[in-house]
Amino acid sequence: MSTQTGIADVTHLLEQYAPEEGQGALMGLLQDIQEELGYLPVEALEAVGKHLKIPLSHIYGVISFYAQFSLTPRGKNVIKMCMGTACHIRGGRMVLDEIRSYLDLNGRDTTEDKLFSLEVVRCLGTCFLAPVMMIGNKYYGKMTTAKVRKILKSYQS
Amino acid sequence: MPKDRKIEELKRIDNPEDLEALREKLRRERDQDQVRIRICMTGCRAHGAEEILKAFQEEVAKRKLDTRIVSTGCHGFCAQAPVLVVDPYGIFYGGVSPEDVPEIISQTVEKGQPVERLLYTDPSSGKPIVQAGEVPFYKNQQKVVLRNCGQIDPTDMLQYIERDGYAALAKALTRMDGQSVIEEVIGSGLRGRGGAGFPTGRKWSFTRAASGEPKYMICNADEGDPGAFMDRAVLEGDPHTAIEGMIIAAYAIGASEGYVYVRAEYPIAVEHLKKAIADAEAAGLLGENILGSGFSFRVTIKKGSGAFVCGEETALIASIEGKRGMPRPRPPFPAQSGVWGKPTSINNVETLANVPPIILNGGKWYSGIGTEKSKGTKVFALAGKVNNTGLVEVPMGITLKEVVFAVGGGIPDGRSFKAVQTGGPSGGCIPDSMLDLPVDYESLAKVGAIMGSGGMIVADDRTCMVDIARFFMDFIQDESCGKCVPCRIGTKRMLEILVDICEGRGTVEDLQTLEDLAYSIKDTALCGLGQTAPNPVLTTLKYFKDEYLAHIEEGTCPAKVCKALIQYRIIPEACTGCGACLKVCPTQAITGEKKEVHFIHQEKCIKCGMCYSTCRFEAIEVN
Repeated sequence: MSTQTGIADVTHLLEQYAPEEGQGALMGLLQDIQEELGYLPVEALEAVGKHLKIPLSHIYGVISFYAQFSLTPRGKNVIKMCMGTACHIRGGRMVLDEIRSYLDLNGRDTTEDKLFSLEVVRCLGTCFLAPVMMIGNKYYGKMTTAKVRKILKSYQS
Repeated sequence: MPKDRKIEELKRIDNPEDLEALREKLRRERDQDQVRIRICMTGCRAHGAEEILKAFQEEVAKRKLDTRIVSTGCHGFCAQAPVLVVDPYGIFYGGVSPEDVPEIISQTVEKGQPVERLLYTDPSSGKPIVQAGEVPFYKNQQKVVLRNCGQIDPTDMLQYIERDGYAALAKALTRMDGQSVIEEVIGSGLRGRGGAGFPTGRKWSFTRAASGEPKYMICNADEGDPGAFMDRAVLEGDPHTAIEGMIIAAYAIGASEGYVYVRAEYPIAVEHLKKAIADAEAAGLLGENILGSGFSFRVTIKKGSGAFVCGEETALIASIEGKRGMPRPRPPFPAQSGVWGKPTSINNVETLANVPPIILNGGKWYSGIGTEKSKGTKVFALAGKVNNTGLVEVPMGITLKEVVFAVGGGIPDGRSFKAVQTGGPSGGCIPDSMLDLPVDYESLAKVGAIMGSGGMIVADDRTCMVDIARFFMDFIQDESCGKCVPCRIGTKRMLEILVDICEGRGTVEDLQTLEDLAYSIKDTALCGLGQTAPNPVLTTLKYFKDEYLAHIEEGTCPAKVCKALIQYRIIPEACTGCGACLKVCPTQAITGEKKEVHFIHQEKCIKCGMCYSTCRFEAIEVN
């Protein structure tokens, strides 16, 4: 996860994109930064703006449009709960409600202890596992409300 | 044959003759009798395929066997995951665990005998089936797009080359000009597999005829439709097919630059694509002076960032240019003014995967498959309340019934079929009275659904159609880019009405308002997303009006899904007092002494369904 020292590190990512690429390089660069730092700190965005000569307001416009970009630090474990059609009709909504209630999220997407972040995604393309969620890169298929606690607990110890 | 080939060993192939010579050599060197274990290492990873692969590698090393283990892409039969096939016997195993590996080695690899308990059991006869090709799920399919998926290691380009890989490209470059490639594709009848079904060859001819340099060829791999995963399977399991199709398309339209716009939610697909592009470049099949022909084409991968609307071509172009992915009115069409204002052709992954076989076998061969207006095969992602969830490829014109029952194996848990939803949020719900409908572009459009990208979600009697309509409208609301009023505000109003109906506040007049809104949005929205967004509502209103009326007039949800209209209750006669439900209830709404009948206090119940899914005695009912 990122810290102030991590933010300074984006220079090596900037160097991979020529300033002449301008806006065309923006998405790739933002994706690289988010992959490395877990989110997009404003200091890094200012550096991106300077490098590609794009106003910060434009960068913000792009970030706010795409679901995958985050302006705030995320939890240690990112839960991706699938809300595609197959997951929906197999009871995904109940699983999602249970995750929210178990983690006591109250409308936030990251827990207070920063252990979990919850993302609702539209189809992970693994409909045969429906309802399905991912924690990090691990899939949890055929989810039930009863399984939620057991799985989340295993990340809490 | 060497077990592992690295990219450094791939030498540049300078001309089509050398490519053919390499193919011959690969085929000659292939030991036909060698035992090969093909394990799905893409979708099945979610079911522990990696542990099985490791167990096989260890066991094969331990016993010093000359067995080849091939990590393949998707075999299609995802319901049986993890799956593998042992060749040359063609023996199919599903639901394998690492503990089964020593037995498979002793019985099948060493003796050629099947391990009976791991075979697929035919549900209709109850008999085990040995050969993959005999399993009903596979028997009714015809594979063109998925011809290599599950057969080859997608990270080994030579395996692709051995199976006619890049032969179509060589043929196009040496024996055809761009115009004749286009004519061949027009003759094949191939139509876009991404949704709208526009004739592919005609799209190319517009881009070819347009003025402006350079031209761009884009592969649309932003498979955003919930419930569709065929493009993911192709990119993961046979990425070279899509790339070869792309190079041929670029040659046809005269493009020198290309992009693959791929969903970031598909990490394995991105990884395999990157490897495939690097390998093809190293071999001179992509990049400068391809196969010594003088034709050059460069491809860059662009990752999406989670916006459904970016599947729409003008929005996709905006996204590639680093902007908010918002559509713009057409004309001008991308063929005239696409990415960076240059002529651009955008084709979907499945469309492009069809191109190499068409060039190789001729448009005439392809047009022999399918119906009069819908040619070839179509890949469907079967999911929802169906036994054989997975990827199926069938000829166009096959009936819905054949797909859902003959290939899909029918409905699980003894429930009954209610509807099939095709085309995702842009599509519609087709009722059981129309199960004999042939699956082709025209027939689906006629009943108010669309082919879309090929998601097919099966609904049973426990699926509420009003809830499905609400679900899709919620999806559209979330994904609407907000540029045009009908989509931004109109779908919001529709969603509010649907929520009201699901929560028991609907009125009969609401149904007329829904319909009026639906047609206004269809007529006035800017892009395909908005114009098709009302389809799920319109089809459910048309075919399942009684369910809407039950919610409105009787305050009940016949499928027992809508939370506001249901109650969980314990059946005293069936309750054993085991206490399982009491323990899992998150709101302590259940009380009862051990071994005595329990009780749900309705005022505390949040209808989470935990008790229902926990009870082993079917002692909880939903009213």
